[in-house]
Amino acid sequence: MEDAVVRVGRALRLVLLVVLALLFLVPFYLLVRNGLSSERDVTAPEWAFFPSELRWANVQELFDDPSVPFARSLLNSALIAVATTAGTLLLASLAGYGLARVPYRHANKVFYAVLGTLVVPAAVTFVPSFVLVSSLGWISTYRGLIVPTLFPAFACFVFRQYFLGFPTELEDAAQVDGLGYWRTYWLIVVPNARPVFAAVGTIVFIGAWNSFLWPLVIGQDRDAWTVQVALSSFTTSQVVRVHELFVAAAVSILPLLAVFLCFQRWLVAGVERSGID
Amino acid sequence: MTAHGATARRRVRNRALWFWTFVGPFAVGLGLFTYVPLLWSVALSFFDAHNTVTPTDFVGLDNYTALLSDDAFVDSLRTFLVFTAFIVPTTYVFSLALALMVNRVRRARAFFRSVFFLPAACSYVVAALIWKMSLFNGVRFGLANTVLGWFGGDPVAWLSGTDPPWYWLVIVTVRLWLQTGFYMILFLAGLQRIDPGLYEAAAVDGARPGRQVLWHITLPQLRATSVAVVLLLVINAFQAFDEFYNLLSDTRGYPPYARPPLVYLYYLALGQGQNLGLGSAGAVILSLVVVVVTVGQARWFGLGGREE
Repeated sequence: MEDAVVRVGRALRLVLLVVLALLFLVPFYLLVRNGLSSERDVTAPEWAFFPSELRWANVQELFDDPSVPFARSLLNSALIAVATTAGTLLLASLAGYGLARVPYRHANKVFYAVLGTLVVPAAVTFVPSFVLVSSLGWISTYRGLIVPTLFPAFACFVFRQYFLGFPTELEDAAQVDGLGYWRTYWLIVVPNARPVFAAVGTIVFIGAWNSFLWPLVIGQDRDAWTVQVALSSFTTSQVVRVHELFVAAAVSILPLLAVFLCFQRWLVAGVERSGID
Repeated sequence: MTAHGATARRRVRNRALWFWTFVGPFAVGLGLFTYVPLLWSVALSFFDAHNTVTPTDFVGLDNYTALLSDDAFVDSLRTFLVFTAFIVPTTYVFSLALALMVNRVRRARAFFRSVFFLPAACSYVVAALIWKMSLFNGVRFGLANTVLGWFGGDPVAWLSGTDPPWYWLVIVTVRLWLQTGFYMILFLAGLQRIDPGLYEAAAVDGARPGRQVLWHITLPQLRATSVAVVLLLVINAFQAFDEFYNLLSDTRGYPPYARPPLVYLYYLALGQGQNLGLGSAGAVILSLVVVVVTVGQARWFGLGGREE
């Protein structure tokens, strides 16, 4: 009796999960369905779950369309996301290590100054940041799009916590061997801290690729559009045909799906670290 | 003795040097790109600064009084409150329920976790595009209206009507889809940290699996996670911009309703007037609001202060 109840409950849970999983996949399905439809199928007066033909030519036409700066925006996004990730990992890990391991009188004050910026999210201060970047003459430049985003307090914080929990024996041995802080860091610490680099790197990369408000404010020229800004301008101005819009959106998330599937383990670790610690 | 003291002093100086070698670049960048703009905007907020960042026309508190008496600004704060009231409880309950189910499922747990987490790879821009142009596009053959039609419902103009305000359903479901998986991961991590011994002890004491165990063991053990999740949800709701902007603005601009604070600020500071003085005052006020909200919540939950 009890057993049967448990078994029915378990089956119901499985069914519910399958239904929810299918619902969660609907938007991805719409992306592919609309992106590979012909214009006639997308705007057909009756809903059809599958288009009459899968038009892979849409992808080619998207990149051939001279009125849509899509290839350039993909390149911009790739450059910005890679540079932001590399820069953030370098700067935040160095800072995190210094804060965790180099004894210094004012280390706590510096740490609180870093933590303080967590309370006011960067998005809320986009107006003053825009003011600064525009007076530096960095509007519509890679510098303006990348440099101000290289200093997220959360990354520094996650690295510091990680290095604090790092066993000191290895580093002590390195110090005894006369390696000094700098070479200890590069030769001993970094090779042993790959998980945290992967976790923070995945989070930063996805954030940079998907970021919208800052590139919208700073990348004003068409040549400086990221893929998100390009997609947004197609959506809100309605100059691009629907199937072209969807194929562009589908192409834009392919790199992230690859990152997601390859680095999912690290992404989960990164979410756990940055969300809770 | 003196020689010893000199070495010690040199070592201390040496350490300071190393500390700044490591921390310096990050600290300087953070100062330059976070603290300097904040202070600058406090200064700008006291000036009449149209299209300029070095204004000369000092206006005192005029920008602040203008903002606080602007109905649109007050309305943006109200929009934030409505949005928060929708999105925080729904995401919380939904992501917790998913985590509980995924945690207990025996088959294909990794698969379910991946599927629910997958939207985290999607940007708000792409999600808003799917919602606006396909799912809730308001025409009869859109997916939502087609499903409504199966049940005999009339097509709904999801985003262009304000009576009833169906646009809230569109806005809230976008974010729900995008962020539920993220918070489910946090709850799953929290569930993994619960000592299995507690469940065994409860079973020995005759607690019935299900609601009793959930209320008396699982939820209290998840307290730290819950607090973090609610804090993050509220902060993220306050920063909402991407989906509102992409769902609601079109060639004619942004409609007069459903403007959250950042959308309001965007059109104020970077719209036609480029009124950076007023925009700066807005940024200062919103920063204060977000600090008060965060610190207030942390206090409410009994966080902050000395621990850690």
